[in-house]
Amino acid sequence: MLRSPAPQMRDLTDRALDTATQQGAGYADVRVVRRRDESIAVKSGHVEGVAMGETEGFGVRVLVDGAWGFAASDRLDLTEAERAAALAVRIARASATALRRRVELDDRPPAHGSYETPVEEDPFKVPLETKLADLLAADAAARRSERVAFTESMYAAQREWKTFAASDGSFTEQVLTSVGTAVEANAIEGDELQRRSYPDAGGGFRAAGYEYVRGLDMVDQAAQAGEEAVALLSAPQCPAGVTTIILDPSQLYMQVHESCGHPSELDRAFGTEASYAGTSFLTPDKLESRFRYGSDLVTIVADATAPGGLGTFGWDDEGVAAQAVPLVQNGIFSGYLSSRETAPRIGRRSGGAMRADGWNRIPLIRMTNVSLLPVPGMTIDDIVADTDEGLYLAYNRSWSIDDRRLNFQFATEVAYEIKNGKRGRLFKNPTYTGITYELWRSCDAVADASDWVMLGTPNCGKGEPSQSARVGHGVSAARFRNVQVGVGKW
Amino acid sequence: MSQGPGDPAAVGGAEPAVDSPEAALAVAEEVLERALRGGATEAEVLLTAEDSALTRFANSEIHQNVAERSLEVNLRFVVGSRVAVIGTDRIDPSGLRNLVGRAATIARSCEARPDWPGLPAPQPAPGRAPVAWAAGTAEASPEFRAEAVREIIAEADTAGVLAFGSFSTDSEIIAVASSTGIRAAARRSASQLLTVHTSPDGGNGYAEAVAMDATTIDARALGREAAAKARASDNPVDLPPGDYPVVLEEYAVVDLNDMLGYVGFSALAVQEERSFFEPGKRVGSELVTIVDDATDPVGLPTGFDYEGIPKQRVTMLEAGVCRDLVYDSATAARAGRTSTGHGLPAPNPWGPFPLNAVWSAGDASRDELIGGLDRGLLVTRFHYTNVVHPKLAIVTGMTRDGTFLVEGGRLVGPVRNLRFTQSYVDALAAVRAGGRERRALRGMLGATVVPALRLEAWTFTGATQH
Repeated sequence: MLRSPAPQMRDLTDRALDTATQQGAGYADVRVVRRRDESIAVKSGHVEGVAMGETEGFGVRVLVDGAWGFAASDRLDLTEAERAAALAVRIARASATALRRRVELDDRPPAHGSYETPVEEDPFKVPLETKLADLLAADAAARRSERVAFTESMYAAQREWKTFAASDGSFTEQVLTSVGTAVEANAIEGDELQRRSYPDAGGGFRAAGYEYVRGLDMVDQAAQAGEEAVALLSAPQCPAGVTTIILDPSQLYMQVHESCGHPSELDRAFGTEASYAGTSFLTPDKLESRFRYGSDLVTIVADATAPGGLGTFGWDDEGVAAQAVPLVQNGIFSGYLSSRETAPRIGRRSGGAMRADGWNRIPLIRMTNVSLLPVPGMTIDDIVADTDEGLYLAYNRSWSIDDRRLNFQFATEVAYEIKNGKRGRLFKNPTYTGITYELWRSCDAVADASDWVMLGTPNCGKGEPSQSARVGHGVSAARFRNVQVGVGKW
Repeated sequence: MSQGPGDPAAVGGAEPAVDSPEAALAVAEEVLERALRGGATEAEVLLTAEDSALTRFANSEIHQNVAERSLEVNLRFVVGSRVAVIGTDRIDPSGLRNLVGRAATIARSCEARPDWPGLPAPQPAPGRAPVAWAAGTAEASPEFRAEAVREIIAEADTAGVLAFGSFSTDSEIIAVASSTGIRAAARRSASQLLTVHTSPDGGNGYAEAVAMDATTIDARALGREAAAKARASDNPVDLPPGDYPVVLEEYAVVDLNDMLGYVGFSALAVQEERSFFEPGKRVGSELVTIVDDATDPVGLPTGFDYEGIPKQRVTMLEAGVCRDLVYDSATAARAGRTSTGHGLPAPNPWGPFPLNAVWSAGDASRDELIGGLDRGLLVTRFHYTNVVHPKLAIVTGMTRDGTFLVEGGRLVGPVRNLRFTQSYVDALAAVRAGGRERRALRGMLGATVVPALRLEAWTFTGATQH
């Protein structure tokens, strides 16, 4: 059960906030974060490494004369809290020397309470021997074929204890837990290298306990991945042309991530990521004009309350309660991922999407769980059966999109030919490309809830200094018409 | 609520100050001693203590401004051939006890590694350690960074454009101590100033500088460069995708370097048969020589890697011919040779990486590079590139921040950004000229020194709307 905050923690947050406000901050918040990571890496049956890391520290964020400052330290003592808070104020004053628009925050009520990721089987209490044995069994299954050149398998778990306090009296405590695992089989012949992974090359992750790993059927799926990697070596090259594609959930979540999640970040729309990740074609005028982002079947929501999502929490990192924000409703662009600073600029209140990568980073607008809602009526099998000709694309292999999130190109590990409503032979090296809104407008089928699954990525990059976020994506599968496939020279 | 990993009473606990390489090494040695007392048959301690700061600007104002002080201890704890890696940022006595205790428990639970070569032995340094730290970076204040940003913004204002970018100043102390006798400690510093200038008429320009000493960076010059490029790229027009000869500016060449380092020049990539690299095989034009040289003062020098092994100068590509690879201790042991000093922090499934690649300069001026294009494109920079096929080194990505059509050796005007899908190995072979000036720039990891290049062909496969 929840326990009271350690008095020492209160002392530290109070000292940081008091120092900041005494030195001139109009607003201040402090996050104390302790993070534990555990990971196992296996390569071709050998345990390459077992790693465990712990880090703890705090970050003080202040507003002085409408300008931001932030300072962080891993030394959890009161003197350091004073030093960091004073430094944050000094930094904010330096920011104020190049300021054109004073920051104004929305008026969210002070936040109080606690939240903990529901976990059935604590991954940090599962014996290491069990986790190793499970991973090695999956890795071995992926190597059943002698033609698999090498395998790479991983397991990882993270738990973060987070205390947030702000000068408006907010005080929250959260414990967020996530786990992930993956197997990759690689087959090589001449210049050809084919990879098949499960459940995702970077790891399938969930905000959950070890029960998630147990439910993945890793051994059977890994064996199938190994067989398919070998089969791809002799598969024909994916043909070039314009055709119908069906994106499996293992690829569709990346399409949602890159072409809806990122462009819906309001800081990008305002240009504050222009020098690094880029901006967005979804500018605020498109909100007012009810821009048609996709077909009527496309409804996308950013839901920080979704069970199991990597972006599920109680409050974001500026104390805004978790909520569901519609981004696209029946094809119409309808909302942004936003913060207390950005939302008022479009006449709204924060949607609670400010998330920081640990104690030493400022919160940025990040995806929570950006999900394509299922559409009743057709399963994935029904959609395939309803397709005369096309490609079924699964398991992401690479991704790229322009700095306004319009022109994308994805590669998947495998394509299955669809002919007369049936999945047929494999194609290797499949790619597809297009313009974001043209693709989503061409969507004429979305699979129903029976195929809907919560996926996500643990390493969404953004910001300077760089930050990595854990974001969720619930998807089923979707069909798109007239898509360019088979890009480049092979 | 789940119990925290640390005792809350640790708040206010005493930790030794790590304010010099000697102090860092002393802490590393203490951890090493504790590990050996705690049952390790071998152990290695990597300690990094960092003071870093970054001032970020957008829409010609500072909008994010941060500083961080951090310390991290990474312990490789070996029992026989069972290896655990444990990290912590707590170096008070209780934190170190926990670190070693957990390491011992995990190591004993691990599978034995039949291929475990043992921790690397000390190696002689090839020469004097380079100067890798500058007080000008370590002492950079928020006011110093803000002043540089104001200079950038002033240049943007003059040109009627907006500035977006960042100025980082990082100073760190790194120490490595191992049971095989390795003792290495040093200070390092790095700074980077970059800016994207954006014009109201659709133009974008980029400029960047990387230096060990932040006070050597000329912010005003970078602001002028980006502003001029932004204005020159106003009102871009469509150009159909296809094969075009190109001049890649230094900012774009960095991407070639990064991807080739990742998929090609790592010994692990070759050992796993996923690299194009074959010793003695010609893959590039004779104009291309790539050396990893951590002593080059133009980049970000460093004396040793994260295993404490002195950095060796490695010629990866010589006049277009594959010569050698970068190794860490694991890949070196597999190859029956010694590490070249390119190890990353453990655990490291990615293998060694060339962090200090230096490309040979050519003999062409910028005008001569462009003048050699009959009909082609000048590309400032690439964006969001990703490997489509590792062994063929096929990469896709977008152009960004200034793409121009060149005809008859002269700039005709800006074009909208294009997508490419291109083998970077084929690109090496297509180099026809190199710039005589080089820039130090930040890559995926580390810093690299590169010239601009003219290539015979580059395959553009799509276009976007800006």
